[in-house]
Amino acid sequence: MNLLIVMEQKPLEEIIKMLDGVNSVLIVGCNGCAGIYQVGGEKQAEIMKVLLEMAKKLRNGTKINAKAMTVLRQCDGQIAATTIQPLIDNYDAILSMACGAGVQTLADAFKNKLVIPANNTKFIGMQDRELGKFYELCTACGDCILFETSGVCPITRCAKSLLNGPCGGTAKGKCEVGGWKRDCAWILIYNRLKEKGRLDLYTKFREERDFRVSNPPRELGGTEEKKEEEKTK
Amino acid sequence: MTKEVYSDLMRQITEGKFVFTGELEPVKTTNLHEVLEGAKILKGHVVAANITDNPTAFAYMNALVPSYMIQHEVGLEAIYQMTTRDRNRIALISDLLAAAALGIKNVLALTGDHTTVGDNPQAKPVFDLDSATLVRLIRKMVDEGVDLNKNKIENPPKFHVGIAANPNADPLEPEILKIERKVKLGAEFLQTQCVYDIERAKRIVKELAYLKIPVLLGIAPFKSIAMMEWMVKFVPGIYVPDEIQQRLRKAKDKGGKEAVYQENIEIFGDIIKEIKKTTKAAGVHVMAVGFEWIVPKIIAQSGVR
Repeated sequence: MNLLIVMEQKPLEEIIKMLDGVNSVLIVGCNGCAGIYQVGGEKQAEIMKVLLEMAKKLRNGTKINAKAMTVLRQCDGQIAATTIQPLIDNYDAILSMACGAGVQTLADAFKNKLVIPANNTKFIGMQDRELGKFYELCTACGDCILFETSGVCPITRCAKSLLNGPCGGTAKGKCEVGGWKRDCAWILIYNRLKEKGRLDLYTKFREERDFRVSNPPRELGGTEEKKEEEKTK
Repeated sequence: MTKEVYSDLMRQITEGKFVFTGELEPVKTTNLHEVLEGAKILKGHVVAANITDNPTAFAYMNALVPSYMIQHEVGLEAIYQMTTRDRNRIALISDLLAAAALGIKNVLALTGDHTTVGDNPQAKPVFDLDSATLVRLIRKMVDEGVDLNKNKIENPPKFHVGIAANPNADPLEPEILKIERKVKLGAEFLQTQCVYDIERAKRIVKELAYLKIPVLLGIAPFKSIAMMEWMVKFVPGIYVPDEIQQRLRKAKDKGGKEAVYQENIEIFGDIIKEIKKTTKAAGVHVMAVGFEWIVPKIIAQSGVR
């Protein structure tokens, strides 16, 4: 099982609408998450090229000049820019087949080009290969409490992100959100902690969260602060 | 406990009286008439009435205004319900200050149904706090005169804080431990969701006894057979014993709507009598939204007052 950014391709009509007035487009696939799960890899970029060329009718009869290419990882600005640079002059727009981070990296690298997202970026997901289904397990909240909850994240898997669950919307271990199909995260937590003889962790009160660690936009690391410090020395 | 008592509800509970509370639901309207009429009917029969806060995530009139109005216009004490679904801690603190300024004495701290089950399911759910952290917020405001971030409050509020429990929870243990969490934080009274089975009523009161929190068992008569059938079918966890279902259906066949009302009065009057006799419940919370007139009749039937 792999933990990756989960994406879903937008409806073709929506992509074509965004390409309105564009005569030539460079379709850029990504061999990172998008490629691994075949949402926006090499193959999908090629297919997109064919689809766009065939979509003359949807474009009121105007043909589009499209080329498909793929980069190793669109979220790496340097790799993406150097791979795309030699080709970019011939195109009005870039259609990114990557996640939202990839789209923004390209938009930043090619500020004078129109950069269009081909996908909706959904969540950080884990895939169940047998079912071919993706699940959201971590929302990257920035303040991990998985020790206390026996490895089940209530921030992500409880529809209300409760720290002191369960709520009244649970029955027979299921959650009312989504029609009683999903497991109630807090009953999962209770069961696991009970098995481990750690119900003290369940009953424990958890204080309200400090959302400053979760609020966007977040940053981590880097050397700019050090440089600033050195300057002031 | 030598805690100060601010409300009639808490006064009666501390005096050991078997108390009744009612429920009023402001709806999607700008008219307060119905809520005030309902309050007039309940007055004298219940010590206080809950004012619901956008129940099942339906966007209704805000609960604070009717809470104030039933106290001010009718003289019926309010239990101001507050959910954490629609307001972050800033808004909750702000509304709590306003509630105290308007003379509200009881607050019921709830998490609130999820936005997606409501009438504006596209809404962003808030849940900055949950019912437990809301209890803590209220306690800090009342006991320490500060908010969650220790900011001082000028002229701190005086509230009693209540919580809810689900007597139909299955399994029950996680529910009990969750209540324990909130009692330790300083919750002072508890109202349960509706319970129709006397055995379940007895069970929850017994299981909660060690926490020494006054428990008001929730009962909800059926406005119609259709309502009963809907609840049995679509509200998971709700258990209505066959005997009650049969009695109400038979009444309908025999005498229509009026007979159903009469049967309700008998069934729920007897349930209250049984609760009083066989449990250590502090009282009963009667939910009859839209047909409040039945509440005095059920209470009279119980013979408890």
